[in-house]
Amino acid sequence: MTIAASPSDILAAGVDDLPEGHRSLLQRALIFCRRQPLGTFGLVLVVVMAVAGICAEWIAPYSPTANDFSAMTEPPSWAHWLGTDQFGRDLLSRIVYGARTALIVGFSCAIIASVGGMVLGVGSAYFGGRLDLYLQAVLDVVMAFPLIIMALAVVAIFGTGIHNVIVAITIPLIPRCARVLRSSALSIREVPYIDAARACGFGHRRIILRHMVPNVMAPFLILLTAFVGQAILAEASLSYLGLGVQEPVPAWGLMLQGGAEEYASTAPWIAIFPGLAIALTVFGFSLFGDALRDALDPKMRDR
Amino acid sequence: MIRFLSRLIAAGVTAAFAIPVLADEPPKQGGMLTYMIPADAPPSLDGHRETTYATVHTAAPFYSTLIRVNPENPSSTTDFVCDLCAAMPQLRDDGKTYTFKIRDGVKFHDGSPLTAADVAASWNAIIHPPEGMTSARESFYVMVDRVEAPDPTTVVFHLKFATGAFLPALADPFAWIYKKEILDKDPRWFEKNIMGSGPFKFVGYEIGQSIKGERNPEYYRQGLPRLEGFTGIYAEKQAVRVEAMRGDRAAMEFRGLPPSARDQLVKELGDKVVVQESDWNCGNLVTPNHKKKPFDDVRVRRALLLAVDQWHGAPALAKIANVRTVGGVVFPGSPLAATKEELQQLAGFWPDIEKSRAEAKRLLKEAGAEGVTFELLNRNVDQPYKYVGTWLIDEWSKVGLHASQRVVPTGPWFEAMRSGNFDVVLEASCQSVVNPLLDVQKALPASVFTENYGNYDDQKEIDLYQKMLHEPDPATQRALMREFEKHVVDGEAHEFPMLWWYRIIPHRSYVKGWKISPSHYLNQDLSTVWLDK
Amino acid sequence: MYRYIVKRILLVIPTLVGAAALVFLLMRLIPGDICVVRLGSGGGTFDARAVATCHAQLGLDSPVFLQFVDFVWGFFRGDFGTSMWSGKPVAYEIAARFPVSLEICIMAVLISNIIAIPLGTISALKQDRPIDFVIRTISIAGLATPNFWLGILLILAILDISQAAFGTPWMPPIDYVPIWQDPLRNLSMVIWPALTVGYRTSAVTMRMTRSAMIEVLREDYIRTARAKGLIEKVIINRHALKNALLPVVTLIGIEAAFLIGGLVVTEQVFNLNGIGRLFVQSVQNQDYTMTQALVMLVVAVFVLTNTVVDLIYAWLDPRIRYT
Repeated sequence: MTIAASPSDILAAGVDDLPEGHRSLLQRALIFCRRQPLGTFGLVLVVVMAVAGICAEWIAPYSPTANDFSAMTEPPSWAHWLGTDQFGRDLLSRIVYGARTALIVGFSCAIIASVGGMVLGVGSAYFGGRLDLYLQAVLDVVMAFPLIIMALAVVAIFGTGIHNVIVAITIPLIPRCARVLRSSALSIREVPYIDAARACGFGHRRIILRHMVPNVMAPFLILLTAFVGQAILAEASLSYLGLGVQEPVPAWGLMLQGGAEEYASTAPWIAIFPGLAIALTVFGFSLFGDALRDALDPKMRDR
Repeated sequence: MIRFLSRLIAAGVTAAFAIPVLADEPPKQGGMLTYMIPADAPPSLDGHRETTYATVHTAAPFYSTLIRVNPENPSSTTDFVCDLCAAMPQLRDDGKTYTFKIRDGVKFHDGSPLTAADVAASWNAIIHPPEGMTSARESFYVMVDRVEAPDPTTVVFHLKFATGAFLPALADPFAWIYKKEILDKDPRWFEKNIMGSGPFKFVGYEIGQSIKGERNPEYYRQGLPRLEGFTGIYAEKQAVRVEAMRGDRAAMEFRGLPPSARDQLVKELGDKVVVQESDWNCGNLVTPNHKKKPFDDVRVRRALLLAVDQWHGAPALAKIANVRTVGGVVFPGSPLAATKEELQQLAGFWPDIEKSRAEAKRLLKEAGAEGVTFELLNRNVDQPYKYVGTWLIDEWSKVGLHASQRVVPTGPWFEAMRSGNFDVVLEASCQSVVNPLLDVQKALPASVFTENYGNYDDQKEIDLYQKMLHEPDPATQRALMREFEKHVVDGEAHEFPMLWWYRIIPHRSYVKGWKISPSHYLNQDLSTVWLDK
Repeated sequence: MYRYIVKRILLVIPTLVGAAALVFLLMRLIPGDICVVRLGSGGGTFDARAVATCHAQLGLDSPVFLQFVDFVWGFFRGDFGTSMWSGKPVAYEIAARFPVSLEICIMAVLISNIIAIPLGTISALKQDRPIDFVIRTISIAGLATPNFWLGILLILAILDISQAAFGTPWMPPIDYVPIWQDPLRNLSMVIWPALTVGYRTSAVTMRMTRSAMIEVLREDYIRTARAKGLIEKVIINRHALKNALLPVVTLIGIEAAFLIGGLVVTEQVFNLNGIGRLFVQSVQNQDYTMTQALVMLVVAVFVLTNTVVDLIYAWLDPRIRYT
């Protein structure tokens, strides 16, 4: 039985009065906003960046790659809200388009890595035995490589550019996800109803999809948000080293190397704004991810 | 020809005996110079083998050469003086034999004497490297037949033909004189070790960090070197070098900084910093890969050239990058270089850019290559490669060409060029001693000059070059050079010069006695440097 | 307990061998011929003979399997081969740069723990109050800020502040002297990168301390202690902190990876002659003996650190010992 009421009624009534499981998605969202102000703030930051990236063509006042040699290294002004870089390119436009690059890389890596990790982790937990043992050994080996080291090695092989960067960052993230989801899946595996379902003759696919996957959704979502932040930082680091996305593609990490350091004393805005964009975006994802974890964690729920 | 060469040598002789006269105060002895080397570390310490300035800036103070560009007048392209020789050479045989007398009393740092045998052995290693060894500038010495040391104080160079290109080639700053004994035993010894006869003795080399040297008390020039010692610190990042100068952690660097760094240092340090500037014997080149469609079509190559507005691009880029001068295939300061009027006749240098771009579009349409998409291979170095590359892509977009950049680190950049794995590449031609007759070899097809990456063959070009190289009369030679330039750039569009560099060296004002030259390879032995502290 | 120790230590070996195989494979997949790259790096001329000589010298002409066996056996012997870039032994090149990186790592861990543990504790005690939000924000900012950006801003700040305060700009030394030779100069150089790299570590430690502390403070025995009338400070220091710090110990193992990753970019920013910069250079120069050795070194350090941490954790937490 769902109580249909307006959001303000719900808030006024005291949401905790509603029994669990009878809340609609909107009601859950509002509970989240009220209980996790920091997380909501983080979500707002993320949405702002996402909108900037998606609607870049409409928001950005100039083209991000148009050189303008008459307006080089200009401080922020009405013509250029965040100033220009050493080529005369408008920083605001480059940051807005950079949001697109960051989110493409961030979401691609996060989604592929999480889904890949889910398949490997849940599969490994479900089938157990030798498969589990060997898979875990392989994943252990891959996890022994720090993220940036592995990413650099992959870039050394496949070369630079946005597609290779996505591959380079996704590979080390997969085992990290698989490890976490495997432990979650393992705890479900032990539950009697899985064995009962097998006894009833249900197929592997049905059991996995119907019973195991929904129960690892919470850690899956948390990992997803964490990975977006990590991927954006990793891409920025690779681009800063000159081994990621290449000129003249607008990307925040790329904007921080070369010209930014050269002009750091005389034109600090070139270095400050892209770094701030990275920090705010990852900050938003981290806040949101934290709040999500607090919200979904059963131990914390009954405070 | 003989008269021309004699005049050249006479000028050198006078300069050699000119006593260094410095501006106001008498130079002070002592002090440690700390400078920065804008590289991570040289691949090896062997000057014969390497072509990078990192090797020169690291080890040049430890070695001597036979002749060199005059350190008191390093911007001259004709002023050569003796280093190890006692006097500039006598010519015989219609200019085909050069005889040098070697100084007395020169010793290697281990105390053993340096004789003509060491000089001859070192030069033979450069001109005819032994099996398995590389000599980076072997092709500069095609005119040399053999080198001999008939007695301990005489070295004789026998040439196959007389040419004005030989003497400047002999002043090559990488032509360090090694000890014959070591060369005979292990020619690769010099890659990791140092044994020279130069103004400074080797103290220590901390890998990736710094190189240290101290004064050689037995240096054959009285009163030199003035410094007590030096420390060269490796600092690849420009920001670090500028900050180090700001904070007086180092006095200078010897490659060149962009105008922005100069302006910043001048603004912040005022009269504590001094700036020296010069044209640079380095220029960017755009080389299309003649084996890749559509660049096998000369019309498409010409279109690439015609699209770029060098005359307006140069002053703008000069503000942010270390480029400045629009020039042809010859160093702009040389007598063999084209004048502005002569340059404006060539495609890519027309004064009217609209006309130029219209012609480019027409050519592209005719060749069926309108709106073509391609990749510019570029080197992962900011100054000036990435700036020039970004500018070029924008210029090409103005005739409808869609170019993207593939920026790679230096090693893979060379590899891609060698294997022909590129569409169009932005490279640079950097030479040391200004020697246009040899410097333009870069434009010759790979069958003659192995460092040409355009993948083309052109017998007419080779013939033109040979004729020019053998020509005794300077006026005719200049006319032949114009013809060569026109053929390479305008006619066949094999590779096009795209802005010559400009060298800016700001340094702390207490460093004196060092004069800037058109090349960051020249004048690096630090023997005349002193500190006014 | 002993079975756990032995099992844990034995697990290291297959992990290392697996990592070696992966590294070896990765390096062999890199396109291009290392000898051609190396010989032609400065743009000089060379011929096929020189390339063949180079191949022979680097052992590239023997079968791949033998190369791998050589590699692994050499690794256990301590012989890491010769750098394809400089021709010097890899061990020599690494040893020259190891002290800088090690010093930065140690300082980063020290500084971050000194800052993070008290702040995390305060945050836990004053949960959901303003100070908690402030500390949590600072710690999340530590996770979000790219450390190279922080480094750039730090150098800028040092130069500008010293110029404003003293009239002349002060810059940290750009050449490294070991700490026993000139401690002041050494510290004035190393502290800035240590702060930059350590910020992230301190953020993670802060958060972990906070959540571990919150959990411990809810435990029954803390309630009992409070009921007994013990002073809050005694409760925190004597009972809560000890138990809360257990998970923090495991953090050292995990954070080692991020520290090493942080070093790679931070050493670029501060122009430090360390392992991180060597790694980037060797990737750029396609010096794959060096890259192999460095990756193996990093992996070995990481695996060993985690093993030691697991063992310490097992020793500290009696619950694990008896499983």
